[in-house]
Amino acid sequence: MRPSPARLLNILVPVKRAVDYAVKIRVNPQQTGIDANVKHSMNPFDEIAVEEAVRLRERLKGAVTSITALSIGPPKSLDTLRTALAMGADRAVHVALPDGAPAPEPLAVARTLRAVIARHNDAAAAPADRIDLVVLGKQAIDDDLGVTGQMLAGLLGWGQATCASRLEVDVAAGEALVTREIDGGAEELRCRLPLVVTTDLRLNEPRYASLPNIMKAKKKPVETLSPADLGVDYTPQLETLKVAEPPVRVGGGKVANVDELIAKLKEAGITAA
Amino acid sequence: MLRTGSVFRRRAFARTYATATSPHALVFLEHRGGVLESGSLSALTAAEQLGGEISALVVGSAEYVPGVVDKVKKLKGVTSVLHSTSIQYANPIAETLAPLFEKLLSDSSPFTHVVAATSSSAKSVLPRVSARLNVPTVSDVTSLTHDAAAGSTTFTRPIYAGNAIATVRAPADIAIKFFTVRGTAFAPAPAQDSTATDTVVEPVEVADPPTVHIKTTIAKSDRPDLGVASRVVSGGRALKNAETFQSTLYPLADVLGAAVGASRAAVDAGYADNSLQVGQTGKVVAPELYMALGISGAIQHLAGMKDSKLIVAINKDADAPIFQVADVGLIADIFDAVPELTEKLKK
Repeated sequence: MRPSPARLLNILVPVKRAVDYAVKIRVNPQQTGIDANVKHSMNPFDEIAVEEAVRLRERLKGAVTSITALSIGPPKSLDTLRTALAMGADRAVHVALPDGAPAPEPLAVARTLRAVIARHNDAAAAPADRIDLVVLGKQAIDDDLGVTGQMLAGLLGWGQATCASRLEVDVAAGEALVTREIDGGAEELRCRLPLVVTTDLRLNEPRYASLPNIMKAKKKPVETLSPADLGVDYTPQLETLKVAEPPVRVGGGKVANVDELIAKLKEAGITAA
Repeated sequence: MLRTGSVFRRRAFARTYATATSPHALVFLEHRGGVLESGSLSALTAAEQLGGEISALVVGSAEYVPGVVDKVKKLKGVTSVLHSTSIQYANPIAETLAPLFEKLLSDSSPFTHVVAATSSSAKSVLPRVSARLNVPTVSDVTSLTHDAAAGSTTFTRPIYAGNAIATVRAPADIAIKFFTVRGTAFAPAPAQDSTATDTVVEPVEVADPPTVHIKTTIAKSDRPDLGVASRVVSGGRALKNAETFQSTLYPLADVLGAAVGASRAAVDAGYADNSLQVGQTGKVVAPELYMALGISGAIQHLAGMKDSKLIVAINKDADAPIFQVADVGLIADIFDAVPELTEKLKK
């Protein structure tokens, strides 16, 4: 562990601009993707990540020195970063991709994050300036892959706590106590910093950014980097051959009462066990 | 450039000799207290569709591994069983499991694919390992085909909460293809008379791991497991509170021999345990019968259940989106209809 008597925490929160969760998406006629001219917003799990970073600062008082939000994507990703800033992040890093560029794969995102962390931590004057906590969503609701956090932890060789529903950080001890949601229940882990945490839905209830905070967010610093600055290649490793509509399920109409419902169940061969 | 690291190049080079060899999958089989997880059995079926050899990997404490290995040897498709025993594998976490995977997948490795169920444990460890090997993990696949001549594997997987299906190809230059399997999309591998060999793999114990497991809390239930039940009775926010959730749903579930599920609203409101949540962020189920009681049918919920054979919905709101997917819909107050249904089913 790094010997630093007065430990401080710098938190990196990667956020993704995704199609809004309430939008009913449509596959495009060429079957190459979906119609992207719809409402976008911050990936819901990332909102929880930003909220958790801000709450950590509120709980730990002076121990959290900075919260940096980061997004990789076209110019419009800036809106997502401004949202994070309005929620309480101090500064933002935008890794700018050209408009219309395919969304980077999780491994490339993880490499980007590693590169940003390396730049920051190499330049850090004191150990207290280093980033040693990354909080990100457990999955993006567009690709539903749910792998970026684990990949980042693997690349960095850091500990990981995925699907966190509770996060307590003891800055002095350089440790975090995490409750994770697992199949069938929950699991508690004690993790040493530096650490990658991914958020589950139940970690917290994200706040709404108030108008004054939205105004203030416009003045907060945003650093723009290019993929070349970080030496990351965004060429996809996987080829997307096709994106199709799922088989349509047709509602089978309604019944008038419980007796008709039971008759339908019997028809389908379902009776009391 | 980072992507053409030395590991990557060496593998790509080795592959030119290896194109003629058939696929060889390493399937991570999970068990809880010596009982194999059904998702892992589905992952085995998926691995079989690659058309090559299958090595099953079993890890755990000395207490359970021998019994599990005996069972795994008898599973259809398994050609060999690798097993590793360590106290660090008793409650496997990514930081302690990843080094074992890395050892098995090191340069001389025969494996072309790494397969596991989309379980919380595999979801933690597979991407961590794949990143270190410079390759992607394809999550939650629902079908796959392997082109042995080209060395490429094509997967389908749901995206956008199941509102679109993506077909992706992992080309030959991805030397080891990692994927996790949606359990409900593949039948579990059956037991059969088999001649699988078994090999002990020395554990890779991590000195002073960055993460330590403290405890696991499993929500106990004598009902069938939600992920594999053939019938599911699910409740939503309309159940009002935990008591009415239980008193309304459980008798019906008992009569039907069904597992109990819940919508996110019901879980968030504390009516039911988190582990019962069905949807994009919870469990994905595809039972014979899915009963949605007092569930409106938000996109995220539908993502978790719309592959069910027969969907029955009972809801007061005639406009609830659940009726657009339900095979049988009843517009009624669940507090009247469900007890009536339970009584009449008993007869």
